[in-house]
Amino acid sequence: MKSIIKLFIEAPWSARFGFVVIFVYIVLAAFAPVLTPYGESQIVADAFEPWGGGYLFGTDNLGRDMFTRLIFGGRNTIGIAFLTTMLAFLVGGVAGFIAATLGGWMDQLLGRLVDVMMAIPTLIFALLILTITGTSIPVLIVVIALLDSTRVFRLARAVAMNIVVMDYVEAAKLRGEGLWWIIWREVLPNAMPPLVAEFGLRFCFVFLFISALSFLGLGIQPPTADWGSMVRDNATLITYGDITPLLPAGAIALLTVAVNFVVDFFLHKTSGLRDEH
Amino acid sequence: MSTKGDILLSMRGLRIEGQSDEQWQEIVHGIDLDLHRGEVMGLIGESGAGKSTIGLAAMGYARPGCRITGGEITFDGIDLRTSSEDELRSLRGVRISYVAQSAAASFNPAHRLIDQFSETPVQHGVKSRAEAEEDARVLFRRLKLPFPDTIGNRYPHQVSGGQLQRAMTAMAMSCRPDLIIFDEPTTALDVTTQIEVLAAIKDVVKEFNTAAIYVTHDLAVVAQMADRIMVLRHGNMIEEGVAREMLANPKDPYTRDLLAVRTYAKDDVDLIPHETPLLKVENVTASYGGGVKVLHDVSVQIPRGRTVAVVGESGSGKSTLARAITGLLPPESGRVMYEGEPLPVALEQRGREQLRRMQMIYQMPDTALNPRQRIREIIGRPLSFYLDLHGAKKEARVRELLEMIEMNPDEYIDRLPGELSGGQKQRICIARALAAEPDLIICDEVTSALDQLVAEEILKLLQRLQDEVNVSYLFITHDLATVRAIADEIVVMLQGRVVEQGPKEEVLTPPHHEYTDLLLSSVPEMDPDWLDRLLAERQLAKT
Repeated sequence: MKSIIKLFIEAPWSARFGFVVIFVYIVLAAFAPVLTPYGESQIVADAFEPWGGGYLFGTDNLGRDMFTRLIFGGRNTIGIAFLTTMLAFLVGGVAGFIAATLGGWMDQLLGRLVDVMMAIPTLIFALLILTITGTSIPVLIVVIALLDSTRVFRLARAVAMNIVVMDYVEAAKLRGEGLWWIIWREVLPNAMPPLVAEFGLRFCFVFLFISALSFLGLGIQPPTADWGSMVRDNATLITYGDITPLLPAGAIALLTVAVNFVVDFFLHKTSGLRDEH
Repeated sequence: MSTKGDILLSMRGLRIEGQSDEQWQEIVHGIDLDLHRGEVMGLIGESGAGKSTIGLAAMGYARPGCRITGGEITFDGIDLRTSSEDELRSLRGVRISYVAQSAAASFNPAHRLIDQFSETPVQHGVKSRAEAEEDARVLFRRLKLPFPDTIGNRYPHQVSGGQLQRAMTAMAMSCRPDLIIFDEPTTALDVTTQIEVLAAIKDVVKEFNTAAIYVTHDLAVVAQMADRIMVLRHGNMIEEGVAREMLANPKDPYTRDLLAVRTYAKDDVDLIPHETPLLKVENVTASYGGGVKVLHDVSVQIPRGRTVAVVGESGSGKSTLARAITGLLPPESGRVMYEGEPLPVALEQRGREQLRRMQMIYQMPDTALNPRQRIREIIGRPLSFYLDLHGAKKEARVRELLEMIEMNPDEYIDRLPGELSGGQKQRICIARALAAEPDLIICDEVTSALDQLVAEEILKLLQRLQDEVNVSYLFITHDLATVRAIADEIVVMLQGRVVEQGPKEEVLTPPHHEYTDLLLSSVPEMDPDWLDRLLAERQLAKT
């Protein structure tokens, strides 16, 4: 705990801002049922009530409390995006490391497979699969994670390629270490900085991708709240000079910026350590 | 050599700061230097002594991450510190030029040599393109490059390292500068190639009466080149004087240490020839990907508790031999016998016990240690992997090993490799190899990336450890001084073949094989007349 506080104090203002924003988001997401006055899909009033008067940000197109749905939306969108990104990194990262470490036909096989997947535009591919399988949340997570893992694979492989030629990896091979030890203990720690940076970026992209899918009606399904569909559902308000639909959009933007600040900071810190010798 | 002209370059109280951890620290602490016209000044010191930084400061230049903070630099009456960037640019390349350590990395691989040669004189308007090309041929001939008329049309990868270094010297001479800065021009070269480059540089510098600053860590090299020598350490001047006088009569103890280095030699031991050798390489032939054979029918024996040195230049196949023995590169034919039993050819087929008994130490300790693992983990892993030591037992053994390599366990056990010096990192590599309690350690150029004084400490440590635990070494090196220091037996390799092998005194005393003779005679000696004498002898032998 002490070291976390120390890290926070030493961080530049941008990273501190990012930490605070992410922390607030996490708290809001975790305690969503406690913090919100109404239920996630509870209709509490008429559609498009104005701000104030029991409804902090008014109500949406079906008369549900905007504030409540904003917080629940964060919970759903962030949670799903985080899970998806983790899965993408697990699949893509491990495959990339294996391809780089083993080389030969395994590298070719995985590499060409990824080429094929990358040749199809992501959104169209996702739409296709989601139309076939239906849009449940687990399917959504797996599909987006798989599509995203291709990019992670490319990066992980490229980074690991520079590491597996190092003498310490050869030393581990000579010692008789197995593939997992080499990947887990020798390659991964040294590949972390670029992967962490990529994690932040990919997280944001997944986030936007889910929002985009929701906006198209293929993402998170109603009545579950999520920021993407909230923008769509209330978009008409913009024409009347009401900024309510900008709230979920702003929430997306704020989180994206915050995550990238934190990632930048970590990147700076870890790469700084690497430059020392 | 006393007919030197007036002062060309003068530095007064030069101070340079370098940036590390986002803080500026002084790395050169007030150096005074005077260089006369046509004079060669040798700057010598270990890495971190500031010699290259001072060399570059003579051009009014500080590397990124460095800045000149104090003192005066005057070149032929021009104050370089107050000159504008434009004024400096008109000097650099024309009146002051620079020859870098690694010619291969300094040439643009996408352009022909002649184009790169012509760039500077044409850019500065000193010569027309045609004149520059004509001049290139003259200089190439002068520097004894093969095919001087056509070699300029080649790309950098089409000529050898030594030729590139000479081409770069030609480039530096293209505007007939008053001063050339040579920054370790021969460090990356083999001894036999080094001679050619040294001779060529010495020749042209004298011919054109060019002043030069020659930066190197090798006192024997500087003895051949320099009129005067300045010894540097940690950014301070230790001693400065006329080369011959300093070599004959060094005043400072540090200079004496530098001079005494490479004189360490192992005592001869009796070899028991009839005992079964620990490792026997029998008629091994190997190639990369079935292409050109890198090893031809190589046979080597390593007795228990002894050191066999494999000597050869780059490309002689000595590292490939190590890869064939370890199974990283399975040989195409031939066998590797371990205590009379054949070892499986490929690494994957060998058992853990077979792997344990053969360990390896690498040339670059920087890349041989995982920068993300602490010393405890680096040394501890072989203990738990091979010997099944865990917990307190493992911890105690790691500490014991650190004591053996003369490093304080309390201080170093929790450090990362990045927090150690080069010599200390190499000690950790040694400890990691020892942790497996091997019978044989393959040492692949383990001292060539280290400063000479540090390297000598490492050699002494290796010798002491051999006496203590009776381990055998297969010692791969290109440096004959190292061989003298550590070997019991010597194997000389050339182009993938063993040309001579036998006990040390037998190989090192005449008559030699022709190639051994070339190698031995090419090792620079401290005697300032050595190069001239050697060249004269070789000339004589040719005619």
